[in-house]
Amino acid sequence: MKWYLKVLPPFFLLLAWEIASIIINNPFILPTPTSVAAVLLTPTADILGSGSIINNALLSVWRVILGFGLAVLCAVPAGIIIGRYRTIDELVNPLIQLFRPIPPLAWVPLALAWFKIGLASIVFIIFIGSFFPVLINTIDGVRRVNRTWIETALIYGAKGWKLLVYVMIPAAAPAIWTGLRVGFGVAWMCVVAAEMLPGTNSGIGYLIMYSYNWGQVQVIIAGMIVIGIIGIGADLLFRSVEKRKFQWQEMNR
Amino acid sequence: MTVIIQNVGKIFESLSRDPVIALDDISLEIKKGEFICILGPSGCGKTTLLRMIAGLEIATSGAILVEDKPVIGPDPRLAMIFQEYSLYPWRTIRANVAFSLQMRGMAKEERNAVADRFIRLVGLDGFADSYPYELSGGMRQRVAVARALATDPAVLLMDEPFGALDARTRNRMQKELLEIWDNTKKTVVFVTHSVDEAVYLADRVIVLSSRPGRLAGIYDVEFPRPRDRTSVEFASLRRDVLKLIDQLEESQ
Repeated sequence: MKWYLKVLPPFFLLLAWEIASIIINNPFILPTPTSVAAVLLTPTADILGSGSIINNALLSVWRVILGFGLAVLCAVPAGIIIGRYRTIDELVNPLIQLFRPIPPLAWVPLALAWFKIGLASIVFIIFIGSFFPVLINTIDGVRRVNRTWIETALIYGAKGWKLLVYVMIPAAAPAIWTGLRVGFGVAWMCVVAAEMLPGTNSGIGYLIMYSYNWGQVQVIIAGMIVIGIIGIGADLLFRSVEKRKFQWQEMNR
Repeated sequence: MTVIIQNVGKIFESLSRDPVIALDDISLEIKKGEFICILGPSGCGKTTLLRMIAGLEIATSGAILVEDKPVIGPDPRLAMIFQEYSLYPWRTIRANVAFSLQMRGMAKEERNAVADRFIRLVGLDGFADSYPYELSGGMRQRVAVARALATDPAVLLMDEPFGALDARTRNRMQKELLEIWDNTKKTVVFVTHSVDEAVYLADRVIVLSSRPGRLAGIYDVEFPRPRDRTSVEFASLRRDVLKLIDQLEESQ
């Protein structure tokens, strides 16, 4: 499709927004696109004494990296072990099925009780949110490794850790990577939600909640746009690595 | 004798069904450098027999000896070539061929040199840095042959290696395999369901019956290579083997 066709829907959305804001004529309900653009174009400006959009966004990214990184460090090795050994899978699968459907935000009260308000609870919520997508995809990836690849490895003398490092992990890598991409998306949603909890005093989620208290709706919308852009950016980054590293996946067979 | 199969039987136990006798009392001796084809109706256990020689399945009874030592699991003396999808798609052709050498701890330069030699032997010079998905089905099977030869095995086991190829590629691969076999003097055990392929390739054609798989016939193919598929002797042997297989399928 031509690029100028693709920009049409966002253009009409902007137009509709502009018209609606003029009709409503109340910046506390719907500010004009220009006032939001003004906030976005000065990302380093301090907002009501809470720091700039960019600093708060970076802080949120840092929290995600902590929580998500911790989740990856736990979920990938656990997933490999569970995917590899049937007995372990049968033992822990009921637990996974029990915990998986609990939304990360349902852990908030428990997180507050354990870690109080602050970095530790936020990281914990992010950890819970991204742990399961990474775990499930890793288990699945390891379990689905082509049997012929494993038998070939056995025939050619790969056993134990060599089988794991040279065959199982590379073969499961595309699925693990998908888990990371999905997990990161969940983590990003979790950080924003966790930062809206009472008592938090920094981060992009906090900033938009705080702006609500001051009736700064243009900052809320600008913050939401920043959240969206960072989310898309991370997803594109994951996908570009996927395309470069794992292109064998689609072309094989 | 390179391979000795002594009264080998295989029973598949299952909780939900009665046990299935896949193979029953198979005995066979394979000479060094011999090219054997195992033929039979589908479900006759020919692949199971090959997998037992490879050490991927354990015989329920009897024993399999390779170079006078029993096979008790996957073993560097035996290399197996599967029908398809056995190459590692994340590795280059060179890294695929060098896989077994890497597992044995051979240094990178040395194993790459060996790999390149076998890549040349199967006629894939210039493709060492390609990936399997960039190659055609026939070329991938040549890589699988190169990888098997690189381990310098005593026996080359092939499980319908050309079964997924189109007829023309298949004929060319058969010819090339015979040339490689002639150059390397390896013992080959080749499973196929194509009578034509077996008669074209083998020194000896082994026919198995099905359920239970038993030795139903052994044919020595004495006429010289390259064999002419249109010759009278080729046609008559092919007819004999086909007749036996038809009988086996009817009596099922």
